[in-house]
Amino acid sequence: MLLDLQGVEKTYPGADAPVLRGVSLRLAAGDMLALTGESGSGKSTLLHLAGGLDTADAGRVALAGTDLTGLSDAARAGLRRTTVGVIFQQFNLIPSLDVAANIAFQARLAGRHDPDKTAALAARLGLSAHLRKYPEQLSGGQQQRVAIARTLAAAPQLVLADEPTGNLDESTADGVFDLLCDLVAETGAGLVLVTHSTRLAAKLPRRAHLHAGVLT
Amino acid sequence: MNRAIWAALIGHWRRNPLQWITLVAGLALGTALWAGVQAINAEARASYAAAAATLGETRFAMLRPTSGDAIAQDTYIALRRAGWDVSPLIEGRLRPSKESPVRLIGIDPLTAPMGLLPTPEGAQAEPTAFLTGPGQVFGPPDALDRLPATVTAARIAAPDVAPNTVITDIGVAQRLLGRAGKIDRLLLAPDQPLTRRPLAEIAPGLELIPPQESADMARLTDSFHLNLTAFGLLSFAVGLFIVHGAIGLAFEQRRAMLRNLRALGVPLPRLLALMALELAAFALIAGAIGVALGYGVAAALLPDVAASLRGLYGAEVSGSLALRPAWWLSGLALALGGTALAGAGALWSLARMPLLASAQPQARARALRPALQAALALGLLGLAWALALWGTGLRAGFVMLGALLLGGALALPPLLGVVLRLSQARAKGPVAQWFWADSRQQLPGLSLALMALLLAMAANVGVSTMVSSFRLTFTGFLDQRLAAELYVTAADARQAAAIEALADGPVRAVLPLMSVDTKIAGQPATLHGLRDDPTYRDNWRFLQSIPNAWDAFAKGEGVLINEQLYRRAALQLGDVIPLAQGLRLPIVGIYGDYGNPVGQVSLSESLFQKSFPQVAPRRFGLRLAPDQVPALQEELTQKIGLAENAMIDQAALKALSRSVFERTFAVTTALNLLTLAVAGFAMLMSLLTLAAMRLPQLAPVWALGLTRRRLALLDLARALVLAALTGALALPLGLALAWALLAVVNVEAFGWRLPMFLFPADYARLNLLALAAAALAALWPALQLARLPPAQLLGVFRNER
Repeated sequence: MLLDLQGVEKTYPGADAPVLRGVSLRLAAGDMLALTGESGSGKSTLLHLAGGLDTADAGRVALAGTDLTGLSDAARAGLRRTTVGVIFQQFNLIPSLDVAANIAFQARLAGRHDPDKTAALAARLGLSAHLRKYPEQLSGGQQQRVAIARTLAAAPQLVLADEPTGNLDESTADGVFDLLCDLVAETGAGLVLVTHSTRLAAKLPRRAHLHAGVLT
Repeated sequence: MNRAIWAALIGHWRRNPLQWITLVAGLALGTALWAGVQAINAEARASYAAAAATLGETRFAMLRPTSGDAIAQDTYIALRRAGWDVSPLIEGRLRPSKESPVRLIGIDPLTAPMGLLPTPEGAQAEPTAFLTGPGQVFGPPDALDRLPATVTAARIAAPDVAPNTVITDIGVAQRLLGRAGKIDRLLLAPDQPLTRRPLAEIAPGLELIPPQESADMARLTDSFHLNLTAFGLLSFAVGLFIVHGAIGLAFEQRRAMLRNLRALGVPLPRLLALMALELAAFALIAGAIGVALGYGVAAALLPDVAASLRGLYGAEVSGSLALRPAWWLSGLALALGGTALAGAGALWSLARMPLLASAQPQARARALRPALQAALALGLLGLAWALALWGTGLRAGFVMLGALLLGGALALPPLLGVVLRLSQARAKGPVAQWFWADSRQQLPGLSLALMALLLAMAANVGVSTMVSSFRLTFTGFLDQRLAAELYVTAADARQAAAIEALADGPVRAVLPLMSVDTKIAGQPATLHGLRDDPTYRDNWRFLQSIPNAWDAFAKGEGVLINEQLYRRAALQLGDVIPLAQGLRLPIVGIYGDYGNPVGQVSLSESLFQKSFPQVAPRRFGLRLAPDQVPALQEELTQKIGLAENAMIDQAALKALSRSVFERTFAVTTALNLLTLAVAGFAMLMSLLTLAAMRLPQLAPVWALGLTRRRLALLDLARALVLAALTGALALPLGLALAWALLAVVNVEAFGWRLPMFLFPADYARLNLLALAAAALAALWPALQLARLPPAQLLGVFRNER
């Protein structure tokens, strides 16, 4: 099993109520899951726990057979480098690096940098003409495509996408969404995609809904 | 409406107390060093004024004996009877301990010119008590406290009396000094009766000394104070960099709020006025703290400054500090002015900010555009270069220093940008590439702190090079000039004759030291008579001379002058200068004369005696085997009654000179270190304030698999790399500064040019110190980053930015 969450609980310090209450979820390689829910329902938190960005208060999170519970900071960082790819709503590119360096960054960290593959990905995503530009010189849609290229260039086993089209207009969002799904499907990686859009969620084979921290 | 806007503005500082502390601390530290230096200068100038008032001779003409003996009471009476309006004065030193004698001046209150009498603090002086019985002694409290117990006269505090000096009735003074019936000088009232008989008729042994300009001491020490002032300004400039950085950062962080306030209908002029008021209030708080700290700095440094001024110029400066309104008001004014200067840019940006401007803080916006900055830097460095080539005068020298330092500081960010870009291009791994790229991105936010560090380090390199070069030259100079093994001072003609006779005994050579004060080529100078002796020929080093200069000198065919006179009067070898009535001789040699503020002309002993027969030698240098010095001292005491304090051996004299030298530069070293500390503080505050702005840049890298610990280590490394690069650039700038100090400022200020030596070990130590300061400054923010809860990093992804 690529991702295995069992009875995961999470409460943020100072919060009145838990953000996740006994969430269990399993995802195999090649699975593509759309996660929907209202604002504050715990979607992003679930994604962060799955990606080893945060730790659960209770329950078990296992990624590619590795139990993240009690794993050291360095070990979780290692998993993020090699196993997971995260795409954020705000793109979160590295502003000091140009597009080419941004795309190659995670692949190089993971030791899987393949210049040909990176160039092909950039071409597929329509970024070839922008490789020497800096993130601030790109439009929102272009930035999100760079983020997708960065993630896929590293060939992760699991792609976590947190509202990757939330900042884009509808037609750009559709284009980016389709491209992401196609590319993930080609790599055979698992995908968990958080979205507010039921229309986009309907395009994925699996769907789950979070309500007040409980998966339905 | 004002209250609502005010609450919004102040709310920022409440939520960012560190930024507020940066702003206030930067301004307070800058003001402190400036105010400290100004306090020292003010105290010294007040002391000169008090000295001028106390001594009187700077303002009044006087009569003094030509032979150096005291004036007899009878001569005084004869002059009064002949119509001369003169007032007697006696002067001596009361020695409670060997280290700190108190100067005692005795005057006649009934005949003393107006303005010479001391003004007692609070209580009125009692004329009868002043004149009768044990009498009264007036002086500053610390001088009164140090009077020996044998002084039974009532001690009255009078702050307007010169430091380390007390004044009493002449009768009391004669008794205390054991010199009954003796008078040292006679002061002349400004208006003298026309019918008085000529001086030569009544007192042929006296000479009339005209009044001197009162500002002599102030003028003489001007360059010393100017040096201190320059240091104070440098420290203040470093402080201003911090303030500018803090104000700029606060403005950037408040962009969104300011935009919202304007969108809600707050008029721009009102917003500008309230922000200016806010800054003014902070400037007053910081100024008050700075002035208080400056008082502490001044109190700590004043004893060394007083010792330097005494050693270098013979100027007495009070060792205790007074709170002068002009000083603390100027400190507050400087803090206000500095804040206005530092905040003007931010307020100007606000005035021009479009209503729909981006709400995001823009670190890049806080720095000048690199091309503009590079052009400004080049312009300033060009100005410094032009002034070095064609500028004249001390002020031009300081303008050159200012242009050099400011130009160097402005050149730093563009130069660092180039180095970082090249490093990024050569980086191999992704982390290394990100490290250099991220460092470039941090540069605008850190550039002010790095510029402050550069200034402090360059000043350190420059000043330490100057001081160490001076020390080496001065030590060599002392070895040359203080060649005699023993220096003695005769109390009278009998002792002088006995000392001269020593040449037939154990002493290899007796070198009389005779001098008169005069003016040569319009410059104040001392004329020295030198006996032709191998001591001078072997030890003195000429900067320039004609062939066989000593032979020409010994034959009375030429004179030697010191470097100060050569430069100030623009004299050349071969120039003929008038020395005395009917005596004009060419210059045959120019010698270095470090530590002496005035010009000097040396002529042969025979010519000197012929020109100034009234000057009998009283001081002598004695050449003998060093191991025979103690025996000779014993013999001189026993046989001719030479007092112990009238003899000083070479080693003691050298030690004294070196201690004066070291104390002179102790102040400079202390200011240097304080400036470096302020720069270190600037770096700490910049890193801390940037730390919060850096989260959006660090969070993606963390999410991609770099641990917080590694990010923290990289941040630490970044601070060290930037400090090391800054140090590397500070070295050439510091050396240029040293050259400017040695070749331009010193020549203008003191009249001598020193050779420049390099001290690589010192520079390496300074760089290590700067690295340590940078590491310390970066450590706290790095630790904060290493311990940052992941939730805070995740907040970057969660929140809308």
